[in-house]
Amino acid sequence: MSLQATTSQTVGPYFKIGLQWLNQSPLPVGTTAGERVTIQGRVLDGDGAPVPDALLEIWQANRHGKYAHPEDWQEKPLEPGFAGFGRIPTDSAGRFQIETIKPGPVPGPNGSEQAPHLVISVFMRGLLKRLVTRMYFPGDAGHGNDPILKLVDEERRPTLIANAASGGHLEWNVVLQGTHETVFFDLGL
Amino acid sequence: MRPLVQIPYTLSEITGPSFERELVSPASYDLTRQHHGQPLGERIVVSGRVLDENSRPLTNTLVEIWQANAAGRYRHEVDQHDAPLDPNFTGCGQAVTDAEGRYRFVTIRPGEYPWGNHYNAWRPAHIHFSLFGPAFATRLVTQMFFPGDPLLPFDPIFNCTADEKARHRLISSFDWETTVPTQALGYRFDIVLRGRDATPMEE
Repeated sequence: MSLQATTSQTVGPYFKIGLQWLNQSPLPVGTTAGERVTIQGRVLDGDGAPVPDALLEIWQANRHGKYAHPEDWQEKPLEPGFAGFGRIPTDSAGRFQIETIKPGPVPGPNGSEQAPHLVISVFMRGLLKRLVTRMYFPGDAGHGNDPILKLVDEERRPTLIANAASGGHLEWNVVLQGTHETVFFDLGL
Repeated sequence: MRPLVQIPYTLSEITGPSFERELVSPASYDLTRQHHGQPLGERIVVSGRVLDENSRPLTNTLVEIWQANAAGRYRHEVDQHDAPLDPNFTGCGQAVTDAEGRYRFVTIRPGEYPWGNHYNAWRPAHIHFSLFGPAFATRLVTQMFFPGDPLLPFDPIFNCTADEKARHRLISSFDWETTVPTQALGYRFDIVLRGRDATPMEE
């Protein structure tokens, strides 16, 4: 490799000016069929206090487990109007809501299969780099064989799996520090 | 925070959102033309190329910027700096790179401004950049600085990038080639996005 990658700098406290034009909540799903899901949660700091100015970005496959991207080689259908991207800020109480279609499973390394999941970036002031995490769906039989969940200590895996709430929606929090700290991933960034 | 958990790139990380060129209009990349009047301050052109680590241009990549106005004030409710807002300047822009990976913004040179980090702390003039690149893994948010800014050695945010060479790549260079006669000085800022191959996915 001939060039060194440009380094990350914090988004700072004013990113809303530049990024809110592309806020997408709910995710545009077009006329796609599929299981509609609503995920509610909060971004919480180490003291359990809500973070009122964080930003989540979601990337996901469609219901067939196909990404709307040229390098997804799978022979699965794309869905018109479904791009798989969402940009969602937290509100003054640190809350966010993701409304989307539940993705299908996607291939993993060495012939494995990844259980349905969202990949998620978290941006906020004070962080030099974005945080990278995933959200899996409750009750999927594929969790035990998921190649990424297998890399996470068993007792911390629940931080990556949403809970079914009584209202029919899912609940999933992003906890930045402490006993229930969400698992964040190193992509070598 | 606990140590990050290392994972290989999978299909989920080597893919990512793409954006239509139609998403941006001329007013998206000319921040001096978003209102009825001209913003106050020194008009500048900020342009450059977006490349991967193998020097390949990254085309159709969304580049988003935001910045303070010429007086060093952001149009944001949290910014309480005692400096005037400019009714003709919002301070945000978007561009999509062309076939050679080029982007170009026309804007106003942002002012330096004080902040509460330590006694007499001032941010050097800077423009925030947000880029997607071709994959979830290539997503980058960074800041562009200006050459010769005397505040750079004192700025804890600029100095968060520990490696000196990498830090200096965050400083744009003055550029005659893109300077527009009688109109605007040109600054060049090339951005290199991380490859998707650093942790190859095993097939």
